[in-house]
Amino acid sequence: MPHHITKDGEGLPVPNRIVAKPVRRTGQIIAAIIVALLAAMVIKGLITNPRFEWNIVWKYLFNERVLEGVGYTLILTVLSMVVAIILAVILAVMRKSVNPVLRGVSWFFIWFFRGTPVYTQLVFWGLFAVLIPKLSLGIPFTNIEFWSVDSNTIITAFNAAWIGLALNEAAYLSEIVRAGLEAVDPGQEEAAKALGMKRTQIMRRVILPQAMRIIVPPTGNETIGMLKTTSLVLAVPFTLDLQFATNAIANRIYKPIPLLIVAALWYLLITSIMMVIQSKIEKHFGKGYEARPVGSKVKTPLPGKVDGELKDDVAKTNEAMFAGLNA
Amino acid sequence: MTATNSNSGHVPAIEAKQVHKAYGDLHVLKGVDLTVEPGTVTVILGPSGSGKSTFLRLINQLETLTGGEIDVDGEMIGYRWEGEGKKRHLQTLNDKQVAAQRAKLGMVFQKFNLFPHMTALQNVMEAPVQVKRMDKKEARELAIKELQRVGLGERLDYYPAQLSGGQQQRVAIARALAMQPEIMLFDEPTSALDPELVGEVLSVMRSLADEGMTMIVVTHEIGFAREVADQVVFMDGGKVVEQGGPEIITNPTSPRFKEFLQHVL
Repeated sequence: MPHHITKDGEGLPVPNRIVAKPVRRTGQIIAAIIVALLAAMVIKGLITNPRFEWNIVWKYLFNERVLEGVGYTLILTVLSMVVAIILAVILAVMRKSVNPVLRGVSWFFIWFFRGTPVYTQLVFWGLFAVLIPKLSLGIPFTNIEFWSVDSNTIITAFNAAWIGLALNEAAYLSEIVRAGLEAVDPGQEEAAKALGMKRTQIMRRVILPQAMRIIVPPTGNETIGMLKTTSLVLAVPFTLDLQFATNAIANRIYKPIPLLIVAALWYLLITSIMMVIQSKIEKHFGKGYEARPVGSKVKTPLPGKVDGELKDDVAKTNEAMFAGLNA
Repeated sequence: MTATNSNSGHVPAIEAKQVHKAYGDLHVLKGVDLTVEPGTVTVILGPSGSGKSTFLRLINQLETLTGGEIDVDGEMIGYRWEGEGKKRHLQTLNDKQVAAQRAKLGMVFQKFNLFPHMTALQNVMEAPVQVKRMDKKEARELAIKELQRVGLGERLDYYPAQLSGGQQQRVAIARALAMQPEIMLFDEPTSALDPELVGEVLSVMRSLADEGMTMIVVTHEIGFAREVADQVVFMDGGKVVEQGGPEIITNPTSPRFKEFLQHVL
């Protein structure tokens, strides 16, 4: 590219259009050379070092047990995240409720499930049937019982795994959701109230959709975190997830490195797909935050208008991000 | 509901009796009396901090009264009397009852408060569909009609961020009108606008007044007050200092109002 030609206003009669060479950026070139060299070294090492045993990686990449592990890891991630998100929204809304009982319950849930390690919680769910053999619904301290079931039939290893993951995650997510709800301009609620909307309508139609824009990025973070946290389900013990499957094969054939690579490749692939989905969701909830006339092709915001920012309290947005990072 | 004013047979649109409002130790309103007749325009003037916005928000129950009473259409807002004799007491109204009382009032805010994730059309349709359970198609027609009324028939599918401040405020007016309120409250509707955009909003408000809408307008636009108002109220320090027809702007009697007008004119 010999010349820097501004593309803005193409076809418009702009006299004295600027045609200039861009600023020289030698730093970029030097950095590119160094990075290329390092990358070449790493790739050479990966290919030529026989101890990586790529033939074994390839052999087990699509192994039946590994694929089953990928499947269970995905199911556990999606199931526990979906349950966690629903719970988190309920908890966050409860936390902001006018009803002090609901506020207290929400506070207690978050205090407990955030305050104990997820590993401990998973062990607990695994032992649930031992601790409480029979689940029943009745009036305490009386013999009246409406319904009862054997714990073993309900809290299977798989159910214990996703319940444990979901409850723990819900506690973290609810703080992200709460920060998102609080970042919405209070004027929005007032306007909706003035229109005669009810509390639940205001939450569902006005506040939550705007909070989503702030909630989604840290939730994406949490989902990717969850993908890897699923490897802890061996605490239950649930033994069909990707980490356990690859580890079991490695122990059987005494080849830990190639099977770690197998697991890493699958985790990376799933994470990449999740990132694509996340950016799609962000786009959906970012609708209306583009300060450009309809039909305009240019995607960048107008000068002085920050992309995606309208009347948000920036500090609140940051708070939401931190809640996500700390989780 | 309990009807009052049986003696004269006519009911004021809004009647405020000795209204007090305090936030902690801060006494914002110190006994405001005001009567607004149906079909009239009342403009409230006053320096910032005089309590005029708070008063407007009290009428729409965005704030709760500390003392006194406000009646809308002869019905006390926020509370009702219950019990007889010694057991007679005020009962706070629940959300549903409050929402029903608010339905008579439309409100326009200084910062527009449009829903940014909805287009102009969706903003106006929202309350009729959600609150009045109106059919979507019908609501759409109503919304288009209201947006055309404020001169925005060409901007139906624009998001608020794609509209100028004046256009946003006109969408906000259309949104309030779509609920067919009996009374419109304007809380400094032009204060957040660039000077060249003030006119378009004021002209919409003027045509509303011409159609006979009952309006209470908190504003700094003295010209608008002089031309459109039937009643002008000057508030300062949480009290009504001077009150009368639009002529009081030209001939203020209280020294405080005189001083205020010298600063704004």
